[in-house]
Amino acid sequence: MQNDVVLTMRGICKSFPGVRALHNVDFTLRSGEVHALMGENGAGKSTLIKVLTGVYGKDAGQIAIEGKEVAIRSPQDAQASGISTVYQEITLCPNLTVAENMFIGRDKSALVPWKEMERKAGELLRSLDIPARPKQQLSSCSLAVQQMIAIARAVDQHCKVLVLDEPTSSLDDNEVAMLFKLMRDLKSRGVGIVFVTHFLGQVYEISDRITVLRNGELVGEYKVEELPQLDLVSKMMGKELDDLSAISVSGKETGAKGETVYEAKGLSSAACPNPFDFHIAKGEVNGFTGLLGSGRSESVRAIFGADRVTGGSVTMNGQSVKVQKPIDAMRKGIAYLSEDRKDDGIIADLSVRENIILALQVMKGFGKPISQADAEAFADEYIKALEIKTASTDTPIKSLSGGNQQKVILARWLLTHPQYLILDEPTRGIDVGTKTEIQRLVLKLSSEGMSVTFISSEIEEMLRTCSRLIVMRDRHIVGELTGDALTQDNVMRTIAGGGN
Amino acid sequence: MKKKNGFFARNAQLIVPLLSILALIVFNLFRDPSFFSISLSVNNSGNTVLTGNLISILNGASELAVLAMGMTLVTAASGGQDISVGALAAIAGSVFVKVLRAGEITPVTVVVAFLLCCVVAMIFGVFNGTLVAVFKIQPMIATLVLYTCGRSIAYWINGGASPTVASPILTAIGSFIPGVPIPTPILIVALCGVIFALVFRFTTLRLYTQAVGINQRAARLNGINAVGIKILAFMILGICCAVSGCIAVARLGYLNHETVLLEIEMDAILAVAIGGNALGGGRFKMAGSVLGAYAIQTLTTTLYAMRVPSTAVKSYKAIVIILIVVIGSPMVKEAFGRMVGRIKAARADGKEAA
Amino acid sequence: MAGKTIKRREPLTDTQLLLTITICIFAVMYAAAMAIWGGGFLRWQQVFDMLNNNASLIIVACSLTIVMIGGGIDISVGGVTSLVVMSCVVHLNGGGSIPTSILMALAIGLCFGLVHGYLIAYLEIQPFIITLAGMFFARGMTTIVSLEPQNVAHEGFQALMNRKIEIPFLGYTAKNGNLIPARMELGVVVALAIVALVYIMLRFTRLGRNIYALGGNSQSALMLGINVRRTRFISYVLSGLLAGIGGYVFMMHTGAGNASNAAGAEMNAIASSIIGGTLLTGGVGNVIGTFFGVMTLATIKSIVTTSGLREPWWQSITTGAMLCFFILLQSVVLSRRGKGGLKRPAWLGGKIKG
Repeated sequence: MQNDVVLTMRGICKSFPGVRALHNVDFTLRSGEVHALMGENGAGKSTLIKVLTGVYGKDAGQIAIEGKEVAIRSPQDAQASGISTVYQEITLCPNLTVAENMFIGRDKSALVPWKEMERKAGELLRSLDIPARPKQQLSSCSLAVQQMIAIARAVDQHCKVLVLDEPTSSLDDNEVAMLFKLMRDLKSRGVGIVFVTHFLGQVYEISDRITVLRNGELVGEYKVEELPQLDLVSKMMGKELDDLSAISVSGKETGAKGETVYEAKGLSSAACPNPFDFHIAKGEVNGFTGLLGSGRSESVRAIFGADRVTGGSVTMNGQSVKVQKPIDAMRKGIAYLSEDRKDDGIIADLSVRENIILALQVMKGFGKPISQADAEAFADEYIKALEIKTASTDTPIKSLSGGNQQKVILARWLLTHPQYLILDEPTRGIDVGTKTEIQRLVLKLSSEGMSVTFISSEIEEMLRTCSRLIVMRDRHIVGELTGDALTQDNVMRTIAGGGN
Repeated sequence: MKKKNGFFARNAQLIVPLLSILALIVFNLFRDPSFFSISLSVNNSGNTVLTGNLISILNGASELAVLAMGMTLVTAASGGQDISVGALAAIAGSVFVKVLRAGEITPVTVVVAFLLCCVVAMIFGVFNGTLVAVFKIQPMIATLVLYTCGRSIAYWINGGASPTVASPILTAIGSFIPGVPIPTPILIVALCGVIFALVFRFTTLRLYTQAVGINQRAARLNGINAVGIKILAFMILGICCAVSGCIAVARLGYLNHETVLLEIEMDAILAVAIGGNALGGGRFKMAGSVLGAYAIQTLTTTLYAMRVPSTAVKSYKAIVIILIVVIGSPMVKEAFGRMVGRIKAARADGKEAA
Repeated sequence: MAGKTIKRREPLTDTQLLLTITICIFAVMYAAAMAIWGGGFLRWQQVFDMLNNNASLIIVACSLTIVMIGGGIDISVGGVTSLVVMSCVVHLNGGGSIPTSILMALAIGLCFGLVHGYLIAYLEIQPFIITLAGMFFARGMTTIVSLEPQNVAHEGFQALMNRKIEIPFLGYTAKNGNLIPARMELGVVVALAIVALVYIMLRFTRLGRNIYALGGNSQSALMLGINVRRTRFISYVLSGLLAGIGGYVFMMHTGAGNASNAAGAEMNAIASSIIGGTLLTGGVGNVIGTFFGVMTLATIKSIVTTSGLREPWWQSITTGAMLCFFILLQSVVLSRRGKGGLKRPAWLGGKIKG
């Protein structure tokens, strides 16, 4: 019905010193469609988006809006030509009100018409069904609502092209549903939406078309119904996949029970107020599952002592131990790869080497620094073992890609030779190839006798690796699934509470 | 494959302070070739000592250099600056004087007085550190408290305007040890430098401080006591304040709570910045800050040598500071980088054409 | 449902909350002073005295509030004030007229503002360093203009200086039955007008809201289509201009120029802004709060003098304690609101691009 092309990008090239980020890429967006832009990390998605929104200048190529070529040199230019972007990290001002955030920087009048602005904002919020009030301070809204406010702002600017860069990565399913409703609403108003995400399921739920990039080049543009999920993945990876599900077979076999390594009774923490029991055996891989906010991260953080522990008793290998702070847990052989890589994981400005040895160094103690030579050896060993792509051990970790950063953090914890490894969303925001590598690694470690707790938003991933799943809802453990009961259907039903 | 960064790449941030000192030295050599001559002479108390502008620069910058070391650590760990160092040094000096005036001055009492003022300064450091680390207050605001009332506390400790202390031991600390031709404060700075180097060599203070300064949450999840590291940084700065306060007292022979090390906090922060350390925290090089301190002192001495009135020195200092930071600013660096790039490209084109 | 929620009273924003706290504490403190010490505190003249003595500080604190809301800092204001005073005194004594001296004050302030603004906004240099250099420069220049303290001899200016606005109905009856009207200096009118203007600017103009946005998150402000650089530039220009006006008002109060004029005014102004609820992290603050911040400090001063604590150190110690109390209070209140402490201000780490 609405098939008139609103945006065309032709022959876009962009190079950075030493890297060819985009080479001769075409992209076409029609009005009233949701167009998913897919690719592994480093495929050039974010570069393409940034060229489109004026953050980077392009080296060659043309961008045309509704057939007219436009020059985009700054985010302001992009906005003026009807391209609006909502980034993964909220780009609004937390100290201003909701209404101000929707209208600031748009009006050129010298005075601020507060009354009218708040009225307009109220109308807009109501028409888009966004649960926020105009006079509310933005920082008091949830992340999802902030994102929707950013979208509302874009809509009110009569944008023709709306770019959503990983909008769902910090939302729970409910919020994602709200966002999708809003996206469908916009679609019907004829807005063309570019949707960038790592969640394959969401792509199939909402998109009309998919454009796949690989290594800075265009692979192709497909209608969603003509591209099954497995084909999409293989196009992103650039090779016929040795089917991911194949590794699951070996996974479940290693679920043999050994002696209990870790056991907690009535454990609770400041962030996880409801006491819970938990245990894991040697060589076991288990997982916490549930919706975001169901308490799965909080539970593993309590095990590691990441939040203030408020109660419960812990035994490890049969002996009673006290875990109050992360360092206690580390000394007992527990390692925790945190959910938020950027804020809780990497030390951005430090080198890869320093990032790798950090946890081991802390365990050795303040007065016993690891020598430069040893540190170098450790770093080299793990860079090789985990195939971390870095220029040198001196490179700051922030200049690595997301997947490689994650491997460095993984190396950091493996270096401490833990007997119990907790991985909280280790595969979030990283490319499919690294995801598979990490899953394989988990299974390999468990076969060597390490106990692993694995958390992921993607249930398939957990079914593939875990032999036991602990299901959480509303900060309570509501079920435990093992053996044959481990099916996607069962998990879903337990999460939803419809199983009984 | 393994590419090691060269010495120059690793120490790139030292270039700005080194170049500033170098430029000042060259300037002085043109102005007065004898500016840097060093000579041996006999001073009033009959010691053979080194004299000359270079020595007086090194000597005069001692208090600042010690403070700059501590300030570097606080900056790296907390991402902010302590503006109470001058006031804290006055308090420490006041304690030093108070103890020394209580009885006869012997080497033992001097050591006791020094240790006591270190303890007092550390307690104030813990106070500042607690406000910053536990209550999460911006360092500059947290230390504004002590900045406001520190000098009054220094006055209150001694209950007098400028108490004097005199003893050969203090002369030895403040100027020369008999038989050693180098001014003692220079030796004290060197000693502090060595102590810091040893601490960095035999503890993980550097790694921990940088980790906390860059990403406190991640540091905590890796078992580092982030609050403790920040407080420790402020405690170490407290000791630095005590050292420089004692040097100042020993040098002058009295303590004026209002003028001792006045506005030195500004110079100390400046030294950290000229040394190429980010005022936002994180990675640091203490050597840079010390060089920065000497650059500031070289500038001051140069201006005095040019007969600029002491009250007007600040204006000239300001101009030089602005020059240094403008040259080091990201925009100017970028423009410079573009220029170099264009020259390189032009050369490459030339080669291709050939 | 939606209709109902819109009718509901909004919870206070951070700015409003901190402002409320400040006003309440000022009121409680002043009421306590009236109840305990009575006497002078019961007279309106007490308030006017506080205003008369602090008119210049109010203006300078306003300039800092603007810059701090924008996430920056300007520590040159005290220096600029003293340079303006000294230059204008010398100008008036050298046969200048009042209008030209006013122009001179504005021009000096404007020059500082323009240079600071350009270097900070367009060359992206840390504001602390630039304005520190500005302070050094201004203080040095003051002594270059005149090292000797000078009184204004200009007759017209003296008339202006001694002109007091009398408010009979707020006066009090002296023991001999005469009504003594409350007296207010002209500078206070200027100060109050500036508070009002700055309030309107920050609350109702696009520029004002852009400054808040800039301080809240400069990266976001850029993405929202705000010209971040120009906004930052203007905030420093305004700050310089206000410092110039503050200098002139200072001269209208003292009628003399002295190299140590307005010593420490920058820290007093920062303290006032903080007590008034401005966060150094930017984005939160209010100029009405700043006004009450100055008045709170003035009240402390009066209480200390009235209660017979004549020793000079009492005042700064109580001020320090008060400051400590306020920053702790702000920290606790804001972290209670789930903000998890304070972020680092943009100029200490936040990179500004584009």
